[in-house]
Amino acid sequence: MPAAKAPASLRRLFDEIGTVDHVGIEERVAKYTTRSIKKKSKIFGLRLAVTMVDLTTLEGKDTPGKVASLCQKALTPHDVGDIPSTAAVCVYPVMVKHAKKHVGGTKVKIASVATAFPSGQTPLKTRLAEVRTAVSDGADEIDMVINRGAFLTGEFGRMQDEIAAVVEACGDATLKVILEVSELETYDNIRAASFLAMRVIRPGDFIKTSTGKTSSNATLGNNQVMLEAIRDHFLATGVPIAMKPAGGIRTAKQALHFLIAVKETLGDEWLNNRRYRFGASALLNDLVRQLEKERTGAYQAPWTFSEATEGY
Amino acid sequence: MPKTLSKSKPKTNPARELVFGDLWQFDPAPETADPKLKKKYNLFINGSFVAPKNGKCFPTINPANEKKIADIALADASDVDAACKAAQKAFTTVWGKMPGKERGKYLYRIARLLQDHAREFAVAETMDGGKPIKESRDFDVPMAAAHFFYHAGWADKLEFLAPGRQLAPHGVVGQVIPWNFPLLMLAWKIAPALAAGNCVVLKPAETTSITALKFGEICQEAGLPNGVVNIVSGAGETGAAVINHPLTSKVAFTGSTEVGKIIMRSLAGTDKKLTLELGGKAANIVFDDAPLDQAVEGIVNGIFFNQGHVCCAGSRLLVQESIADEVLAKLKRRIATLRVGDPLDKNTDLGAINSAEQLAKITDLVKSGVEEGAKKHDNGCKLPSTGFFFRPTIFANVSMSHRVAREEIFGPVLSILTFRTLEEAVEKANNTAYGLSAGVWTDKGSRILKMSTLLKAGVVWANTYNKFDPTSPFGGFKESGFGREGGKQGLLDYLRVG
Repeated sequence: MPAAKAPASLRRLFDEIGTVDHVGIEERVAKYTTRSIKKKSKIFGLRLAVTMVDLTTLEGKDTPGKVASLCQKALTPHDVGDIPSTAAVCVYPVMVKHAKKHVGGTKVKIASVATAFPSGQTPLKTRLAEVRTAVSDGADEIDMVINRGAFLTGEFGRMQDEIAAVVEACGDATLKVILEVSELETYDNIRAASFLAMRVIRPGDFIKTSTGKTSSNATLGNNQVMLEAIRDHFLATGVPIAMKPAGGIRTAKQALHFLIAVKETLGDEWLNNRRYRFGASALLNDLVRQLEKERTGAYQAPWTFSEATEGY
Repeated sequence: MPKTLSKSKPKTNPARELVFGDLWQFDPAPETADPKLKKKYNLFINGSFVAPKNGKCFPTINPANEKKIADIALADASDVDAACKAAQKAFTTVWGKMPGKERGKYLYRIARLLQDHAREFAVAETMDGGKPIKESRDFDVPMAAAHFFYHAGWADKLEFLAPGRQLAPHGVVGQVIPWNFPLLMLAWKIAPALAAGNCVVLKPAETTSITALKFGEICQEAGLPNGVVNIVSGAGETGAAVINHPLTSKVAFTGSTEVGKIIMRSLAGTDKKLTLELGGKAANIVFDDAPLDQAVEGIVNGIFFNQGHVCCAGSRLLVQESIADEVLAKLKRRIATLRVGDPLDKNTDLGAINSAEQLAKITDLVKSGVEEGAKKHDNGCKLPSTGFFFRPTIFANVSMSHRVAREEIFGPVLSILTFRTLEEAVEKANNTAYGLSAGVWTDKGSRILKMSTLLKAGVVWANTYNKFDPTSPFGGFKESGFGREGGKQGLLDYLRVG
């Protein structure tokens, strides 16, 4: 079937799913930043955020040794203070088998980016083969990128078919679909792409904001657009989709703002690491630092904490 | 703590409803700045605080806990007379003669001092009036300062307001303000009056006098010449004395339509200039192509801002038939996350109702809504055991003849009506004694323009609600009053145009 022209096919989709007002949604999310989270509620939020971190290293310079320290950090973010382990480590496919040696059989999952991350610009056959390899090497979760070109030219069928093919290649592995929001340009497009993805993935699979490899990443605004899409999809179909903002969330305070958005948009059932994750590296040490401040009453010197993961 | 990853795949939820429970509760986060309150507040007349001649005072309470905050002096006619004479003297000897650029300096100084004392004023406003601290901190006090800044800029540029015309100040201006935005309404009144070269006698509302009298302290700190601003606290009789005093040549009132009518009657036959900003029963109109989540946010902001104690509150929601159920469901979900409680808590969304009297009025109107057959829904949240509180409430299946659709409730109560065509929406929106404001929600720009000309309302907001700016005139049609506040138009109301 020939692809419909982008404007026409988008318009039809918006008739169905509705649009987003840019000014209104930014006003809404600004209110999250005025919430004041103190004492026990702060500790709860910080610990919850730690359990939601997909501790990530996605560099050309990654080595098995660096992945080993990443895994150690994910298992034990800090040596005192009873801080929980993170949800997962997130690595390139060739590092999956190295990560498995360290976190295999633990609570920490192995997530692997795949499908020619971050651009996705290789033949589908190659991308699928990459997914299968990562899964057979031991990845519990696959972070794929959508075909932004197909979306932007209105080839929604092709974009969805490719996601569906990756779902199949995943087998039992959980899938996270990266929309790469900064390349979709508008909140309307983010909402549209969210719906297209959600309609072909399984309950418990994720939609994810960004690769972290472009100029702008997760913001409260695009997080909100995607949370509202997840809510509308859930209320219409009963299928719960999980959410992962990634990139740009570097401080504990930011993470709490994102969690308040979850609390007030999707409610309690999304306040766990099966339904919400942070794709982050530097964030973890700031969470630990704030938790230690709450525990001891004082900020600890930087060298108290093991190496920040952005250095990996 | 939440459980870590479970092996089993999450199941679909057949109930398909979101759970806004208490998994993650917020601890109290009270604002702790010192409001620097006195035990007793005297009248601010001729640059100093003086006891009322009759020695009477009345208590002001914190509506969130019903405890007394301070005693407020009760001004009678003789105190008002002293205030008017002080204002007249200041006008003829100092203020009326002062070059505009010098008047402007005082206004800039007041604006900056309000910013310096922002937290103190925000806490005092919240304690005395019951509004959430996040609103007094982020809206009332900054906007009050903004009005002084804006009008300070006009003080030496009045000749550009009406080119070719002669402009002169009225002299002494009598002003009476309401309890819903005590400091902000004071700023709306005093800033343009002073910029235009008038002197002021202002009466704050009986339940919220504190920030007005604290403003007297700001005037002292700014070195404002004695008598330029006079604040006389009291109830209705004090207000009547201000309005009817022979020296007040211009009267500005914000408050209920009922009192506005009394004022008009009492000023008939005099040559006093009058502006009135009265009640409202605004229609917030949502078309089926609107971005619904943002519209819902605007509806919530429109009716629950300041517990609905807003004359331009979007208290009538007109929603297009085809999306009525969806909008109602979204509204219910949204108000489930609104937090009602201690106004001083930084996380409180709805604070206390201003007075027992107002709470009784709201309760009575809500009762009538139920009796007349509208379907009531509230968020069911727990309310504090003391103080005056009311849950955010929505009425569905409201018809135009219901009291909740016709009378101004001035509380957190929304009435939902539906419409089928644009014409019907306009007809219903305009079918009210009021005409202060309206909201239109649609993705279609041409429809916004069309609606803005058809709606008989002083302000029409498009795809937003409750937006204010000192540069933008605000005022009503019909029983919502006449005259404008803010912008060039508002300033002109404080000048004689020859």
